[in-house]
Amino acid sequence: MSSSDLFNISTFAYIAAMVAYIAYLVFRKNGIGYTATGITILGFLGQTAAIIVRWQESFVQWMRFSPDTSFLLAISRSAPLRNLYESLVFFIWSMIVIYLVIEFVYKNRSLGAFVTPIAGLALAFIEMSGMSKDISPLVPALQSNWLIAHVLISFFGYGAFGVSYATANMHLILETDDKKSPSYLFWAVTFAAFIWCIFIMLAKLSLYPPVMGADGREIPVQPPVSFWIGGAVVYAVLLGLVWRLGLSLKKVFRFFALSTDILDDITYKAIAVGFPLLSLGIITGAIWADSAWGTYWSWDPKETWSLITWFVYALYLHSRLMRGWKGRKTAVLALIGFISVIFTYLGVNLLLSGLHSYGGG
Amino acid sequence: MTTQKNLSLPDRIWKFFASVTLAIILIAALALTSIVGTIIEQNAGYEKNIKVLSTFVGEGLAPAAYRIFDAMGFMNMYHSWWFLTLLSLFALNLTICSIDRLPRIWKLVTDPMIPLKENVLRNLAIRKEFTVSASLETAQSATEQVLKGHGFAFNTAPEDGGGTQVFGQKGGYSRLGVYVVHGSILVIFVGSIIGGIFGFKGGLNLPEGATSDVVYLYGSGSQVPLGFEVKCNWYETEFYGSSDQPKLFKSELSVIENGQEILRKWIRVNDPLVYKGVTFYQSSYGPISSPEDGYFVFTANTPGVENETIWAKKNQPFQIPGTDIFATVVDFSPALGTNRQTGQLYTYTSSMNNPAVKMVFTREGKETLKPGWIWKRWPQTGKLTDEITLDFTHYWGAQFTGLQVRKDPGVWLVYLGCTLMSIALFVAFFMSHRKVWVRIESDRKQTRVLLGASASKNRHSFEKAVDKMVSELTVKSEGGNS
Ligand code: HEM
Repeated sequence: MSSSDLFNISTFAYIAAMVAYIAYLVFRKNGIGYTATGITILGFLGQTAAIIVRWQESFVQWMRFSPDTSFLLAISRSAPLRNLYESLVFFIWSMIVIYLVIEFVYKNRSLGAFVTPIAGLALAFIEMSGMSKDISPLVPALQSNWLIAHVLISFFGYGAFGVSYATANMHLILETDDKKSPSYLFWAVTFAAFIWCIFIMLAKLSLYPPVMGADGREIPVQPPVSFWIGGAVVYAVLLGLVWRLGLSLKKVFRFFALSTDILDDITYKAIAVGFPLLSLGIITGAIWADSAWGTYWSWDPKETWSLITWFVYALYLHSRLMRGWKGRKTAVLALIGFISVIFTYLGVNLLLSGLHSYGGG
Repeated sequence: MTTQKNLSLPDRIWKFFASVTLAIILIAALALTSIVGTIIEQNAGYEKNIKVLSTFVGEGLAPAAYRIFDAMGFMNMYHSWWFLTLLSLFALNLTICSIDRLPRIWKLVTDPMIPLKENVLRNLAIRKEFTVSASLETAQSATEQVLKGHGFAFNTAPEDGGGTQVFGQKGGYSRLGVYVVHGSILVIFVGSIIGGIFGFKGGLNLPEGATSDVVYLYGSGSQVPLGFEVKCNWYETEFYGSSDQPKLFKSELSVIENGQEILRKWIRVNDPLVYKGVTFYQSSYGPISSPEDGYFVFTANTPGVENETIWAKKNQPFQIPGTDIFATVVDFSPALGTNRQTGQLYTYTSSMNNPAVKMVFTREGKETLKPGWIWKRWPQTGKLTDEITLDFTHYWGAQFTGLQVRKDPGVWLVYLGCTLMSIALFVAFFMSHRKVWVRIESDRKQTRVLLGASASKNRHSFEKAVDKMVSELTVKSEGGNS
């Protein structure tokens, strides 16, 4: 099986797992819970296999160009963490690892209903954006072990933050009674946006499938404006639904004896894992830049956004020291932190690079 | 709480700068302003940012918006006075906040532990109560063994009612982790300030064979003397397979002092040359528009001659060693390709991606062998006959290596700060100050044990450790020897 077949399997597994987790939340049958975990593990194994296959493919490619490299160096140089596509895949993979650990430690599945759709969304996003999946040889600046460390560490950090997003979101649902309060609106808007992205990806794939180019590569097809207008309408409907039904979700969480205290605790723990990793990620990135260009910090948008993310999570950590800030306000900061993670990671490449002249990748 | 009104002005200023509220405000301000700097391209010039601003405010308002942003320093905002002021306030906040709290924390770390009264013990977050069928002495020595085995430093004190209390702690210093995190931020600041004041960052384009004792600063372009000379001996690009994808850029540099070569090194991206605090990074390369001192370098293999290097100039015949054939370079292309449709040869780019030389060969003044092209990246084209090969290995002196040159006497502090931060973050989040008190007293034939414990962090994992300690204690006092 090719790596992209395996990736597709895990995409659908994660989306199916989301359905199973939600069914578990609604029907509260243990069997459904085990099924949900099973499907997630299946998706995870598929993704792991896909990553290994890709690694092996690029290993073969590296050895073809540089037959005189030692085995270990070749393994490191061909690690599948080299472009946006591969790093996204690793991001999702590490988030699922962290989620499964938390499910095991806390013996609580409710989180899965939030984590698996994020995983599905992100994997699906790869398809939607039509980004390059080629295994391209490494340009000289990227041939660095610091870079590998940087990417690995950063994405485990992002994975932990992904989990904290899920718990903070559930926290906000539990905390608010008033559908008009800003924090209720805030989580509804962001949560609807995440679901919307999955939906729009599926719609785009089925209505405007990519065409096969002459060289065997898939070329994404850009849908017409009417598609996006329709998409906007769908988003409005989704937002309305999430906004209306949010309070019913709350009853479900309550039923599971999921208290805001537990959620606050998991959010904090996930950030306590993510924050040192993010810091190490920034540090290893700086060391890499220093060894490659002689500048450990140059305020480029990607660096600056990672610093902004770091600031937001520092805000989260310190806001807990202030009286009256535990709970809703800190949960909002945790959500903002994850939005900032996503922006650092994707927004800078997709939005700011359109504004400026930086290359993507 | 003391009311603010009773405080003197210096105290009030101190309190203001020691507050976490100010930290929250400053960090939020740094985060928000930093966003602007990622949208407006920094140091980019008028045209680019007018375009950026037009997408937000429309073309009509863009020039006005540009003037406002420019006046506020947003075009180079990370070095603007107000951003640097924010950073300084942040550093001040961090320093004063740490100084303010450190004495209290220090006391928590170093204060000797005292035994606790029973009612206090019963109010601790973690409590265990159980009896063991062993004498008080056995139970006490078992407790001490278990505490020791778990790395606690402990003391023993007699209890009023005839029992004893064993109490111990570990990991007290982990309370300082957070302060080291904060301190490391300041260390990084100091390092970067020292680098900014006493260091420089510049560039140097050195043609092969050329020497320089200065570099040119980025931005101003002014010259900085190095105090020694640097020479580029050789520059080389390697490609992936037959593609034009570069795999490696490398240059061989020499450091020369007082006319003597001190050091020679191949540098490549990610592997610079360091000498006397100045670092030379491989950053770019390029062709020299009309090289005067270019040499075509060949390696000849003929009967009786192995790997002999020949340096030749254009249009100047040279003898192929071991033969009576003279070869002449008559043409050169930096990137010679073949048009797929017509089969014609043409130069597809001006950079040295696929260099080739056109040769003619003569013997005793008459043409011999077929004239033709020899490609550097296609060694088989240098096989002239079964016995004679003439590999074209390099066109020397036709390219320059682009070096980024940096001196940063503060960078070690930045790295020190980064290392400290990495370790201290781990300590701050994953280690904790753990204390246990164990009250042991006789209860008829048995011994009653009351254990209380607290942790500054991660209570759950400490609770698990305490459970383990309790079962070890039971086994040790009842089973005896293990
Ligand atoms: C962006 C810069 C900063 C970073 C990365 C940072 C990092 C941290 C971390 C990791 C903790 C531990 C939090 C926890 O255990 O949950 C902490 C605690 C703390 N920080 Fe910061 N900090 C920063 C800025 C500041 C500033 C400017 C102040 C000044 C008021 C400050 C005051 C404190 C205090 C008082 C604590 C609690 C200490 C304790 O629990 O004993 N921090 N900081």
